Amino acid sequence: MSGDTAATGAVVVKGDDDAYRPSERRLAHEAYRRGRARRSALIAAGSALATAVALYLLVVNSPGWEVTRKTFFNADYARQALPEVLKGLRLNLELMLGCGALILVFGLLLAVLRTLRGPVFLPVRLLATVYVDFFLGLPMIICLLVMITGVPALRLSGVTTDPLLLGGAALVLTYSAYVSEVFRSGIESVHPSQRAAARSLGLTNAQAMRYVVLPQAVRRVVPPLLNNLVSLQKDTGLVSIGGAIDAVYAAKIIAARSFNFTPYLVAGLVFIVLTIPLTRFADWLTARTNRRQFQGGAV
Amino acid sequence: MSGADVLRLESVRKTFGGQVVLRDVGFTVPEHSVTALIGASGSGKSTLMRCVNLLEGIDDGAIFLDGAEITDPRADQDAVRRRIGVVFQSYNLFPHMTVLENITLAPRRVHGRGRAEAETRALELLDRLGLAAKAKEYPDRLSGGQQQRVAIVRALATGPRLLLLDEITAALDPVLVGEVLSVVRDLKEQGMTMVLSTHEMGFAREVADQVCFLDGGVVLEQGPPEQVFGDPREERTRRFLSRVVASGRLQG
Repeated sequence: MSGDTAATGAVVVKGDDDAYRPSERRLAHEAYRRGRARRSALIAAGSALATAVALYLLVVNSPGWEVTRKTFFNADYARQALPEVLKGLRLNLELMLGCGALILVFGLLLAVLRTLRGPVFLPVRLLATVYVDFFLGLPMIICLLVMITGVPALRLSGVTTDPLLLGGAALVLTYSAYVSEVFRSGIESVHPSQRAAARSLGLTNAQAMRYVVLPQAVRRVVPPLLNNLVSLQKDTGLVSIGGAIDAVYAAKIIAARSFNFTPYLVAGLVFIVLTIPLTRFADWLTARTNRRQFQGGAV
Repeated sequence: MSGADVLRLESVRKTFGGQVVLRDVGFTVPEHSVTALIGASGSGKSTLMRCVNLLEGIDDGAIFLDGAEITDPRADQDAVRRRIGVVFQSYNLFPHMTVLENITLAPRRVHGRGRAEAETRALELLDRLGLAAKAKEYPDRLSGGQQQRVAIVRALATGPRLLLLDEITAALDPVLVGEVLSVVRDLKEQGMTMVLSTHEMGFAREVADQVCFLDGGVVLEQGPPEQVFGDPREERTRRFLSRVVASGRLQG
């Protein structure tokens, strides 16, 4: 039985620990590898330093450097802008979290609607498909402008004219389309035999989707979804075109007052600092998923 | 006699894009009996199984379960599948669920049993197959033979009227094949009605009450195993069996 094989395997490993002494050959190989590694590290450090110096000299010796330095790298304005930018950033984060939650729900809903079969669901399937095609193609900025300026112009009673809410709605509309495509690819990546097994147990199509297909699909698309979250986080800055004071708009106010562009740089850096942990987390998660799949397990 | 037939196929025809896969296939499976489908790869065994379970539609003919036609377009497909258990060659366990969750899914969601009741029954079945210790494990931690036995328990957990076993040992090494086949032997003792397709001729000969030899989508020969294996009427059956004997899967 396989239990026995596993037990024997464990015994071998234990024996390894007890009596094993590395051979001369192994020690020599390891010493050689250490030498190579040290050499690689030195080369990498050297080339990185040389590149950095070259870039620095190129920028500093450019004819417009003095002016650029004053307008973009002014420490006084940076100090002045940072608290304002951070205050505005709160809005970006709120938008990201609020919209992110709605986007996940709508995206998943759209993806599931598109997998429905049967004649009754034809209009639903069709509408979902048209929706996704439309918003995948529509540039984000146009969607935002139409929502922020177009909707208030309709003067509908009971519909908000708040640019922040309308901007958020535009983000949700567009990103739901992106995210639904991610979910759909996840659903399609679950092998048909899983569905066949579920159906032959007597589960209905909907039950097979809910208990067997979706749980596996969602697990697989978490890393790509995180990438979407990163790009959503940046795009929340676009909502400022409607006049909401987010990090970018706060920078713009100071820049307009002082004719100095340093605040923009500060806002940009803040966004970068915020996205780096998210992208690293997405990378780590992807690597972990790949590792587990290579081991032959999907869980 | 017909009242005791669990499954009956009448001139079933199935084509895939113009290619005829099953041609005029007909046989009956009496209650508590085991029918073995043998034949070369591509002879239509797996397609036949999928048709009985309604995973594939048929082009002509009819399939009856307990006397009622299940290939009638008005038949409730989910209700039919609820009464048929299937075990696949590639196990098809759900990788995101534990063994216990795999087994209790259908009893709970399809047959509306309570969690405690479903789990008690599942553990009982697992115990009978020597797998009770694996209940909380995920499928990828199990050997192929263990996974296949869990798949059998999963198919049995809903108390099916008929069990379809589609080349369930084809992906296993000889030791694990033994584990799985002994489970099938036990099921026969308990009176389970089964249809199995297999390349294990020795096993088919031992366990089956009826053997159907499929060749090019046709049931070329059918009868009790002693006759089909011992004294085949058809030249092609003889040739197939002699090739099997030559490959060492059956004593001549």
